Amino acid sequence: MPPFDRVVELHGTTVLRVCRALLDPTDADDAWSETFLAALVAWPDLPSDVNVEAWLVTVARRKALDVIRARSRRPQPVEHLPEPAADGESSAAFDEVLARDDALLRAVRSLPEGQRDSVVLHHLAGLSHLEVAELTGRSHAACRRSAADGVAALRHVLGERDEKGSTPTLPTRPTGSTGSTGSTGSTAIRPEAPRPAAPRRTRPREGARP
Amino acid sequence: MNDTAPDVDTAVQHRLVAATDTEPGPGLDAHLDLLRGRLADQAAVVGTVDVFWRTVPSPVGSLLLCATDVGLVRVAFEVEDHDAVLDRVAAQVGSRVLRSGRQLDEVAVEIDQYFAGRRRDFDLVLDRRLSRGFQRTVLEHLPEIPYGETASYARVATASGSPRAVRAVGTACATNPLPVVVPCHRVVRSDGTPGRYRGGESAKAVLLGLESQLSAGARS
Repeated sequence: MPPFDRVVELHGTTVLRVCRALLDPTDADDAWSETFLAALVAWPDLPSDVNVEAWLVTVARRKALDVIRARSRRPQPVEHLPEPAADGESSAAFDEVLARDDALLRAVRSLPEGQRDSVVLHHLAGLSHLEVAELTGRSHAACRRSAADGVAALRHVLGERDEKGSTPTLPTRPTGSTGSTGSTGSTAIRPEAPRPAAPRRTRPREGARP
Repeated sequence: MNDTAPDVDTAVQHRLVAATDTEPGPGLDAHLDLLRGRLADQAAVVGTVDVFWRTVPSPVGSLLLCATDVGLVRVAFEVEDHDAVLDRVAAQVGSRVLRSGRQLDEVAVEIDQYFAGRRRDFDLVLDRRLSRGFQRTVLEHLPEIPYGETASYARVATASGSPRAVRAVGTACATNPLPVVVPCHRVVRSDGTPGRYRGGESAKAVLLGLESQLSAGARS
């Protein structure tokens, strides 16, 4: 097997995304570590044809679900949402960004399990529906449907929020292309923002050796 | 199937990446570095690591340092291609390879001291599993050559008990898995020219220059 470190380099970002989508930052860090610790132990005996990224994401999802289940058995702390400041433009804008991100993640976490899996594993981590089906034990068709339903539900939540602003709705889903051109027409999508690199290749090797 | 799934909703992906604060950039890199360091420390406690590695800068370029739970197992020059070296170490020693600055701190400090002229002998535990037989015999004799001095391949062959194995001594030195620390750079041709070296002849000249300068300075 190649050096395990290369796996951390290649897939560390994707695993962190999955963990952070499902968990608060501190819990996400712990789930990230547990995922790679478990993977490290299993690494030498792993079949060479295994899809490493899907395998890691499977472990990360399971670790995250363990944390969520443990949490749900305990009393929940009262949630405090960041309130946009009454005045002071920059701080108000900053608070709004925080609130918006928070709202999106809360919306993801409150989706039915199938939709949540499809949104996080397919739309965020970039796994195919088939890979999601394999690792969640659902049918291919169900995963495809959940992915669409989950995104529709998120758009609904986000669309409602955006109605307060100048842009009424989120753009429709780009058809037949993974490019960012489909996102024109909405300030919510921040079309000027750089498109995140495909999760599989987010960390170039040269950054790894200080 | 291994490419990004074609029907990923990139707009939603964008927002999820932003919401999880995992956009590519220095912030993410720093956090992943932190997580990797923590992972290495946790794995060290559990004892599930075959090889720890890190790099250190030096006057002869970046040096790759690899250690097992026994000790330092490999030092490699940039010209050897660190990635390729790590691949071979993983195949020879074990594939549970992790980067860790902290686990190799002591080694890095001694290497630094050596290049700063504040250290003449290394006080490190070595894992010699990557050298065998005659090569190992030769390499074990090398620390007998004092800092700042050189010995010919022929002399080392004699010291190793095989006076006629001059070429084999050359090969043993040129494939030393622990260069710098095991001083194969002090073995030179009979005519005084540096001869073959894993880090290239110029790196060998730099090391010899450093040592002769500092030992001469100490004598005067």
